[in-house]
Amino acid sequence: MLKELTKGIVKENPLFVQLIGVCPSLATTSSMTNALGMGAAFTFVLIGSNIVIAAIRKFVPDQVHIPCYIVVIASFVTILEMIMNAYVPALYAALGVFVPLIVVNCIVLGRAEAFAHDHGVLDSLEDAIGMGIGYSIALTAISFCRELIGSGKLFGNVVLGSFYTPVLLFIMPAGAFITMGFVFTLVNYLRQRGAEQ
Amino acid sequence: MDSTFGIIFSAVFVSNIILSQFLGLCSFLGVSKSFKNSVGMCAAVSFVMFLATALAYGIYHGILVPSGLEYLKTLVFILAIAALVQLVEMFMRKNMPGLHKAMGIYLPLITTNCAILGVALINVTKDYGFIDSMANAVGISLGYTMAILLFSCIRERIDESQLPKCMRALPIALLTASQMSIALMGMSGIH
Repeated sequence: MLKELTKGIVKENPLFVQLIGVCPSLATTSSMTNALGMGAAFTFVLIGSNIVIAAIRKFVPDQVHIPCYIVVIASFVTILEMIMNAYVPALYAALGVFVPLIVVNCIVLGRAEAFAHDHGVLDSLEDAIGMGIGYSIALTAISFCRELIGSGKLFGNVVLGSFYTPVLLFIMPAGAFITMGFVFTLVNYLRQRGAEQ
Repeated sequence: MDSTFGIIFSAVFVSNIILSQFLGLCSFLGVSKSFKNSVGMCAAVSFVMFLATALAYGIYHGILVPSGLEYLKTLVFILAIAALVQLVEMFMRKNMPGLHKAMGIYLPLITTNCAILGVALINVTKDYGFIDSMANAVGISLGYTMAILLFSCIRERIDESQLPKCMRALPIALLTASQMSIALMGMSGIH
């Protein structure tokens, strides 16, 4: 019953296993607040679009299903932009262009195409929640490393005291690439070791 | 206010679309395995980016602003870009078969390339006029081309070297990109 929910968290994690949605995972992980905000925003759009697409999938002609799905996704992103602008303007400003760019996020369209296109509403909802949680965990893990090494803080609170000199590079764009490089090395290592056993 | 030349320079070097803004990373990591494919992808992206920026400017300032519908920009831009890419592909297949053969397979991928939609949205956010928007599109496509072509040359060499198994493909590509990004950090502050 809960299989669709749990698969997105570890076994089919969108970022670490399927290697999609890389752009926001580099751009929005300079602090944990931003990363969690992005994860929540992304989950909102994914849940909305997966439910609606699963509900309308039988009425949409097959030849035009991709444009229709993009309209559904873009509508939810527009709603999200308005909500964020009204209630969390600081986060909205910090995430900047990456909020509207959820429209072209490969995961959202990918789940619509690979899952909601031929599954029921309830299964699609579970799938969306699982994928959303999986992606949020991945973003949070990366931002944890970056914020801790790059500024000695977590969620903006100082955790490493004055004895620690922050490595500023890690909150710069180059640090995002370095962190992701090593995170993927670790993921590959663990997977290869798991495959051998 | 930035000068038009300043906009181009900063789009190419200081805030490079891939290496410091992280847009268009899928194509950066995906097609850069061979130099030849990279050239085709860059040509296709630059071409569509130029057209899409002009179209997005026209739609935003001609239709959305007068009717007070600015909040629909994300929805309208993505549809306009998807339609534009379809039209360009049909036009090329009919009138320029040679070019279509070289660029054709990359065109459908461009609809979901975040760099194209990103440029249109950045132009609106920064409130650029028509000339500055086009200059930004030219600068960004130059920066995109530069990053991908350089990266594909490096990557062709890396693929021949003996790396630990867990670092092959994506991890080493990201670490290489970080070195390129550090090189461009030297440019920050210039406008």
